[in-house]
Amino acid sequence: MRKSVFLGALTVAGLAAGAAAAATLDDVKARGTLNCGVSTGLAGFSSPDANGNWEGFDVAVCRAVAAAVLGDQSAVEFVPTTGKTRFTALSSGEIDMLSRNTTWTFSRDNDLKFTFVGVNYYDGQGFIVPKALGVTSAKELDGATVCIQTGTTTELNLAEFFRVNNISYEPVPIETNAEALQQYSAGACDAYTTDASGLAASRATFENPSEHTILPEIISKEPLGPLVRHGDDEWGDIVRWTLNALIAAEEMGVTSANVEDMASAPTNNPEINRLLGTEGNLGEIIGLDADWAKKAIAANGNYGEIFEKYIGEKTPIGLARGLNAQWTNGGLIYSPPFR
Amino acid sequence: MTTLTDPPKETFRLGMLIYDTRYRSMTIQVVALIAFMLLAAWLISNTITNLNTLGKPVQFGFFTETASYDINQKLIEYNNQDSHLRAAFVGLLNTLLVAALGCVTATVVGVLVGVLRLSPNWLVGRIMTVYVEMFRNVPVLLWIVLAMAILIESLPAPSAFRGDDPSSTMKLMDSVAFTNRGVYIPEPLFTRSLGDIHLFGASPVRFDISLDLIAFVLVLGLSIFAARKISARARAVQEATGVRPRTWHVNLAVIFLPTIALLAALGFHLGYPALKGFNFQGGTHMRNSLIALWLALSLYTAAFIAEIVRGGILAISTGQTEAAGALGLRPRRIMSLVVLPQALRVIIPPLISQYLNLTKNSSLAIAVGYMDITGTLGGITMNQTGRELECVLLLMLVYLVLSLMISAVMNFYNNRVKLVER
Repeated sequence: MRKSVFLGALTVAGLAAGAAAAATLDDVKARGTLNCGVSTGLAGFSSPDANGNWEGFDVAVCRAVAAAVLGDQSAVEFVPTTGKTRFTALSSGEIDMLSRNTTWTFSRDNDLKFTFVGVNYYDGQGFIVPKALGVTSAKELDGATVCIQTGTTTELNLAEFFRVNNISYEPVPIETNAEALQQYSAGACDAYTTDASGLAASRATFENPSEHTILPEIISKEPLGPLVRHGDDEWGDIVRWTLNALIAAEEMGVTSANVEDMASAPTNNPEINRLLGTEGNLGEIIGLDADWAKKAIAANGNYGEIFEKYIGEKTPIGLARGLNAQWTNGGLIYSPPFR
Repeated sequence: MTTLTDPPKETFRLGMLIYDTRYRSMTIQVVALIAFMLLAAWLISNTITNLNTLGKPVQFGFFTETASYDINQKLIEYNNQDSHLRAAFVGLLNTLLVAALGCVTATVVGVLVGVLRLSPNWLVGRIMTVYVEMFRNVPVLLWIVLAMAILIESLPAPSAFRGDDPSSTMKLMDSVAFTNRGVYIPEPLFTRSLGDIHLFGASPVRFDISLDLIAFVLVLGLSIFAARKISARARAVQEATGVRPRTWHVNLAVIFLPTIALLAALGFHLGYPALKGFNFQGGTHMRNSLIALWLALSLYTAAFIAEIVRGGILAISTGQTEAAGALGLRPRRIMSLVVLPQALRVIIPPLISQYLNLTKNSSLAIAVGYMDITGTLGGITMNQTGRELECVLLLMLVYLVLSLMISAVMNFYNNRVKLVER
């Protein structure tokens, strides 16, 4: 008995031994690749294309960080994680950052010891049901069977929503989005619940998207964003300000098309100059090359370009900017100044 | 004159620890032990230090916090306001349920297949060979996923039962519904129920035991005991006089009458499932996840048990079968009276390890969303609290204790059936 427990402890200890190494930036540079945790497949956010290359809204953040740090947006090792495995992967040091539609919550920040570096998508939890069911509101789901990805905040929100509204439901816990969709489309559950963006992305992959409806209730706030481990603030700053650079670039009109021009000589907008490294020494302060932000923006474009390319209204996912518009357009996307 | 001299007085020198064969093996063992313990201490202290640096010292306080998630299959009362410990307990009971169901089914199927594989009937023998080879050589996870996929894709959704002209109907005189969310079967209900016993007050491991069930088991047990006494007396009469009195009708009455009387007294009736709202209500809901896991685990393990049974039977020399045949026993009785009782002695020890395998394999439950202890304690609780080390260690301890308990029970049984050697 003692032996087995001991051997287990040994394994876990082996895992933990690699964990607390502080300087993630040095590790990434020495390795030459960025280990980035993504989802196992959510259309538009992170999924491999026909050639096996990862692409999507969350993937673009990984690529921008790799471009800023290593100068090569393809120097990313993508690690697919499920809702259940993502945090263990991050805290054990298997991945350097997690960019996997993960909700920023109090307990994840404080109790699980992660640092959320920002929000790249303001989301909320919704429900999708087949139109044939005739349900128009989530409050009519009394007694329904609901598919849910286990290990997510949506699991807790769901329990709370049904408890507060004093209605019952039967949860069907599932590991990945793909399995959940399989059960949902076979009718093994009446409704599927996850972040509304995820529902829209999933609906786009259905045979007949028009036969399914997303219920009007948004039952939670789900600010999704990339995160890193506690304890390495320099690395957290790099990821945070890479994301901010993408957002600021959209605000200031820097796109993947004009970034080379703008960076070749100082423009008459000093903040653009500071961002692109033609003025001041922001790159040096953050511990990267002077043109780090230029490389990040050149990788996949600014925040708005990434949004339109992967999940915007012209894509099958078809998400409107809504809350995720720039603050100048009435949205919540806002970057602190580059000064 | 000869003098006997004492052999030279032996003095112990340090070098003898290595060069003297009497001490050398001991020295090596002690050194190895110290090295092993040092390694262990280094790893453990490394873990603790690292976790402290990460700001996550090893603590078990999270167990009393509110779990806030729901579990679909719960054998005991549970809601999302209960603690993580309670959720783990619910998961443990689910693990025990599928392990118990699986072990029983695997044994029955395994023994049957093992015997049939030796059948002189060519077709039956080959079919069993195909079964054994197919299940033995494909990972059990794939069988579990396959079973689930078949259940989900082939059975109708509850909505197919709705409407004036439904495309699916309930089976067995409208008492059982097969849907892709599980099988709904009638549940036993009592109008004059005796109530429940509440154990462990308000603690997280509290649970209720139905007094009706206890009464039922008690009465049935006593009846069977009485019936066996009657049979024993009949045997004594047979040995004394050579004529066995007819006892089967007495036995039948002794076993069934008190039980039926008890059920009538308690007002026993069946609660049938009925379609109401989104799902069937009433009756007992056996979820697809349970059925898929149970079927896959038992069929997979049964393939191994079949081989163990076959090996056990083949270990009994053919002389025994021939001798029994010469005494005039029919093949079925040869198998049940002569071969199997001896084969059991060979079968049981490897059977124990198959039971252990089945129990441990049940931790694959999450693949089909069955909420066993790996799904609750090692899944959602671990994920929501971020206590990986604590949860994994506890999980290991649980499986360890479970396995040791199964081993203990089976070893006890093995000691009873094994050949008494003098």
